[in-house]
Amino acid sequence: EANAVIIPQCSHIPPGRRGCLMETTVSPNKEELVIRPLHSGDIYTSFQFRTLWETDFTRENKVSHYRLFPKSLGQVISKFSVRELHISFTQGYWRTMQWGQPYLPSPPGAELWVWFQDSLTDVDGTWKELTNVLSGIFCASLNFIDSTNTVQPSASFKPLGIGNVTDHQIVCTENLTPWKKLLPCGSKAGLAVLLKSEKLFHSSFHSQAVHIRPVCKDDQCKTTSWELRQTLNVVFDLHNSGQGKNEWSLFKMFSRTLTEACPVASSSKIYIDITDNSQGEQFELSPATPLLSQAVVLGDRRTFSVYDLTQQITFGTICNVLKLPVTYSAHAGDMLRPLLHAERYVAGYGLQTGEIHTLMYNNHPYRSFPVLLLDSVPWYLRLYIHTLTVTSKGKDNKPSYIHYQPSKDRVRPHLLEMLVQLPPNSVTEVTLQFERALLKWTEYTPDPNHGFYVGSSVISSLVPSIVAMDTNNSRERPLFSSFFPSKEESSYFVRVYTEPLLVNLPTPDFSMPYNVICLTCTVVAVGYGSLYNLLTRSFQIEEPSPGLAKRIANIIRKMRGVPPL
Amino acid sequence: YINIYSGHTNNWAVLVCTSRFWFNYRHVANTLSVYRSVKRLGIPDSHIVLMLADDMACNHRNPKPATVFSHKNMELNVYGDDVEVDYRGYEVTVENFLRILTGRLPPSTPRSKRLLSDDRSNILIYLTGHGGNGFLKFQDSEEISNVELADAFEQMWQKRRYNELLFIIDTCQGASMYERFYSPNLMALASSQVGEDSLSHQPDLAIGVHLMDRYTFYLLEFLEDIHPASKTNMNDLFKVCPKSQCVSTPGHRTDLFLRDPGSVLITDFFGSVRKVELTMETINLTDPIEQLESGELQKEMHTYADQLPVSEIIHQKPKQKDWHPPDGFILGLWTLILLVFFQTYGVKHLKHIF
Repeated sequence: EANAVIIPQCSHIPPGRRGCLMETTVSPNKEELVIRPLHSGDIYTSFQFRTLWETDFTRENKVSHYRLFPKSLGQVISKFSVRELHISFTQGYWRTMQWGQPYLPSPPGAELWVWFQDSLTDVDGTWKELTNVLSGIFCASLNFIDSTNTVQPSASFKPLGIGNVTDHQIVCTENLTPWKKLLPCGSKAGLAVLLKSEKLFHSSFHSQAVHIRPVCKDDQCKTTSWELRQTLNVVFDLHNSGQGKNEWSLFKMFSRTLTEACPVASSSKIYIDITDNSQGEQFELSPATPLLSQAVVLGDRRTFSVYDLTQQITFGTICNVLKLPVTYSAHAGDMLRPLLHAERYVAGYGLQTGEIHTLMYNNHPYRSFPVLLLDSVPWYLRLYIHTLTVTSKGKDNKPSYIHYQPSKDRVRPHLLEMLVQLPPNSVTEVTLQFERALLKWTEYTPDPNHGFYVGSSVISSLVPSIVAMDTNNSRERPLFSSFFPSKEESSYFVRVYTEPLLVNLPTPDFSMPYNVICLTCTVVAVGYGSLYNLLTRSFQIEEPSPGLAKRIANIIRKMRGVPPL
Repeated sequence: YINIYSGHTNNWAVLVCTSRFWFNYRHVANTLSVYRSVKRLGIPDSHIVLMLADDMACNHRNPKPATVFSHKNMELNVYGDDVEVDYRGYEVTVENFLRILTGRLPPSTPRSKRLLSDDRSNILIYLTGHGGNGFLKFQDSEEISNVELADAFEQMWQKRRYNELLFIIDTCQGASMYERFYSPNLMALASSQVGEDSLSHQPDLAIGVHLMDRYTFYLLEFLEDIHPASKTNMNDLFKVCPKSQCVSTPGHRTDLFLRDPGSVLITDFFGSVRKVELTMETINLTDPIEQLESGELQKEMHTYADQLPVSEIIHQKPKQKDWHPPDGFILGLWTLILLVFFQTYGVKHLKHIF
């Protein structure tokens, strides 16, 4: 196999110790919060909590001692032979053009990607059980994930992945509550104290995710340990939430203050992005901190002010309130335009056919780079692949790799993967026509007039970076810059999600069965009844009853004893 | 000998809201306020099955996200910060509800979605939504009838899934839903009699919808005075919401219940009593961890996988499709062709072929 893969194994233990069941003495728990004021006036906050654990789930003896790593997730990993798991719940859509690139991209709704161990044989059965167990842990409707909306991409994500990008999931406090319970300190100490649901959900964008994967322990990378990362990204719109003045503080954003660091965390830091404020002209931090840190993140070198919560002096001021009087003028031109950006929409009219358009923008002035587009369309939109066109700058752009797996009705969705080279400073448009199918009447949801969702497309790419990226992946770096390991210095990996689509399927009139029964019964009753009467009725001649004058005359005649008329 | 003690060892609650759409906000608020009271009185989340047919708290029409209020002027947020909804949205169906009650769920259902009661469990079942004479509507697309419900309770009794069961329903003509019960140890309460409508309490002008139904509003007020050690009994619960406050006439049914309602405590169903046994003996724990043999294990160099290996993707060979034996249709078609061929040209050709 040409691809190098990670195989978690038990590290070599000298005799006398108790083997893999004992966790390491070094506290492996790290938490951090990054706050970045955006050019549109919003504030982007990103929480990351990381727990490392050295153990080997693939060995026969069950792991039974859990300290910081949550037991529910540990049991899921060992029971279902999971090698890597990424699950995210997002409400809202990330506006790349206004906000730049996020540290961790996520599509609207829920997304679940799992890699299984090579030793697993029944992938479909395990996938179904895993989604049910995760839906119980996170209080989410993941049990609707089945073969009709699961794909196995060949190239987009690492090989042997099974994934699902679900359409529409409402994310609310009931998803946040179990997520908070997985943290080592819960929501009692450290940065997790700030997570109050009323403020978190009153935002333009809210995304929470759990990532479990094996990572290298040291430079030589001979041994691996399990890493659990819990991330929460929120974009607050301060004008919307009633803040009149252009100043914000931790208390105003989260309605909570920080009092102490999490006792089991080895590092607990807050980073504020001050790159745009190098001379202090835009805003001012209070309390000021002498600690500064520079990091290369998303291809750009950014400067951060650091507040270390494990140091007692950080809590010197009252309630650790950070005030930031900001004056945001129209600095839109100064923002670094994101190099890769994508949009998607449905064109056409009526309820029979339509067209999906995906636009990919390459904003680099002179470099072109390849992107891998992954589209997973549900089976009830029948795609006409012969109408697929890819055009850049008006000319045809032939993709260097296409993988298409057609859908099977009620079994699996369409899967389309394409590797396209985007020319510099251009817009590439991918169009595809489709036809809408009529579902069986029991397959409609209780609110079918709302429409049906089509999951986001995933666009993965290696984008050229302005600043040399750091390829030494084992050095201690802040969490937000070390999620995607970089292989080369001149480019960094970026994943962009498009908007989900909402298409209306032809909806039947659900009162029709009742109407049909009424009509049929009426027709049968009237028709059969009339026929039966005609066939079985016998006719008898009957004298018509005489008029009034004749009746009186007959009575008088009867009285006289004369025969009637 | 009349048994005045319940004899139960654990408590469960199944709380169901069956209505969808924003204008049915009050049904979700009803269910959440009962959930809140039940949690406050001690039943843990693992013993509560909460089913909400639609999401009101994070609905885009909600002016205050992540909140569901029960009193106007936003006094009481019944959604809270620590809520676990087990069945949400499209999962709230008649089939799922009956499966939870009878315990016939697929094996992959997680524990939080199951009603794992035994014959010493007291169960509280609360239903709210839109109903009629003999039925309750689920999500505007299906109904459950009172006969089905009565049969489900009988199945539960046959399988010994409850010790005593309290059934509360807050819908229009709610009393029709308990008319058909025939299993022992069932007590039922409804917000209105047959032919009457249950009315909603008060609208909130900021949110724009009615916040609660009258019966559950006064039920919540009654439950706010109960604490885990209170001795209030069921006769007080029957008096909740008289006609002057509720406009409809609440009804109840106790003929199937073996104990006298006056001796049944509210906390028997709404609270959770756990009996703790203290012991002074010491128990020896054996050492479960075995010593590992210090063998030499293979050490391989690991690297992170390349996220976008462009050259490999372009030169990827297409996956070999597995060969499947031809299915019935193809076999039948070929058999037909062969039969027609041999019929036309005679059987004597067969021996030349085989």
